[in-house]
Amino acid sequence: METGKQKILSLLEQVPDPEVPVLSVIDLGIVRDIKIQGEEIEVIITPTYSGCPAMDVISMQIRMTLLEYGFKNVKISTVLSPAWTTEWMSEAGKEKLKAYGIAPPNPVQAVCDVKLFAEEEAIQCPHCQSYNTRMISRFGSTACKALYKCNDCLEPFDYFKCH
Amino acid sequence: MTQPINQSTNQLINYTLHLADNALILGQRNAEWTGHGPVLEQDIAISNIALDLIGQGRNLYQYAAKLINEATDRPINQPAKQPVTEDTLAYLRDSRDFKNCLLAELDKGDWARTVLRQFFFSNYQFWLYDAMKKSKDPTLAAVAEKSLKEVIYHLRWSAEWVIRLGDGTTESHQRIVNALHDLWPYTGELIANASYEKELARENIAVDLDLIKQPWLDKTSAVLQEATLELPPNQWMQSGGKEGRHTEHLDYILMEMQYLQRTYPGVEW
Repeated sequence: METGKQKILSLLEQVPDPEVPVLSVIDLGIVRDIKIQGEEIEVIITPTYSGCPAMDVISMQIRMTLLEYGFKNVKISTVLSPAWTTEWMSEAGKEKLKAYGIAPPNPVQAVCDVKLFAEEEAIQCPHCQSYNTRMISRFGSTACKALYKCNDCLEPFDYFKCH
Repeated sequence: MTQPINQSTNQLINYTLHLADNALILGQRNAEWTGHGPVLEQDIAISNIALDLIGQGRNLYQYAAKLINEATDRPINQPAKQPVTEDTLAYLRDSRDFKNCLLAELDKGDWARTVLRQFFFSNYQFWLYDAMKKSKDPTLAAVAEKSLKEVIYHLRWSAEWVIRLGDGTTESHQRIVNALHDLWPYTGELIANASYEKELARENIAVDLDLIKQPWLDKTSAVLQEATLELPPNQWMQSGGKEGRHTEHLDYILMEMQYLQRTYPGVEW
């Protein structure tokens, strides 16, 4: 049974996140479990953010990918707890993000608190590797990203913010 | 033969709808800024917050719909055989059925009014969800755990804006003073228990708002002080939203939000 589960997981590595297509749903850590009962395969996923608009597309793509490999009886369930965290992102995923031009989440979460005007984390610029960067906005082009600018190469970049 | 719905389930439905309506209506209000924000980055920020709130609302409506469908007697006016869904709850109820706090539905006004409202509301959601993580109801606890991480960002962002405007220029200060004067009477309802909250708090399902009242006030006073604003004196507070008695603003927002489903029932994207 474990091999069946491994096979499904490896197939899901082909399913990209629609908004950050360089990451698979496995890299992101949103696939929490696979349950196989006879012919039925249940894929348990968790959203990154409550309002993530990509979740419906992700469910459909998981279904389509598994169908392509002959798995017809697929059920997709969503769980909210434990809540998704960037700590679940794979190391491979972080490397892929960086190569794509998005700064990966820092391993130690520093700014996820309610302190006002708290110190900012040093985020490395994915273009020139400088740590001399500044935050422009804590909310970026998607719910999971913040907007930064590099003070050295002057390029703006997305930071996959800690969560 | 329909069985009367059990009182405890009925109150749980009311409570879940109240939480969902709060999130959806404020999310919808904030979304009015999309494309109209003062600068691009803040337009994106307020739209992100709107998206988080609408997402929280969806999770709660899905739960409410499940509870309603499981109960034999439907408290909401729906054709008998059609199941209730998150969409029917959002798009096919009238203003009297909505249980959001009045603060959430007020017009968005200027940027000062929007960020101050968001601060009052995020401060409330922060203490609420922090306590609700320990709810005896596992679905509410899970929604709280998930949403709290988002609310922490909202609270910090909105508090910083209140300080930036309050301790800013003469004009920004005046604008947030005006917003404070207008909005303060609507804050009491955030931290006052409705009947369903009282009943469910006794069963450790709902959060007893008496317990978060002081932390809410402490945080509010600290931020207002840093913003060089005065905490308004004790005064009469507006209420009624949690029981379905709303200001005229709610009907306008529902008209816009529900127009498509009301005009073309069942239409899909």
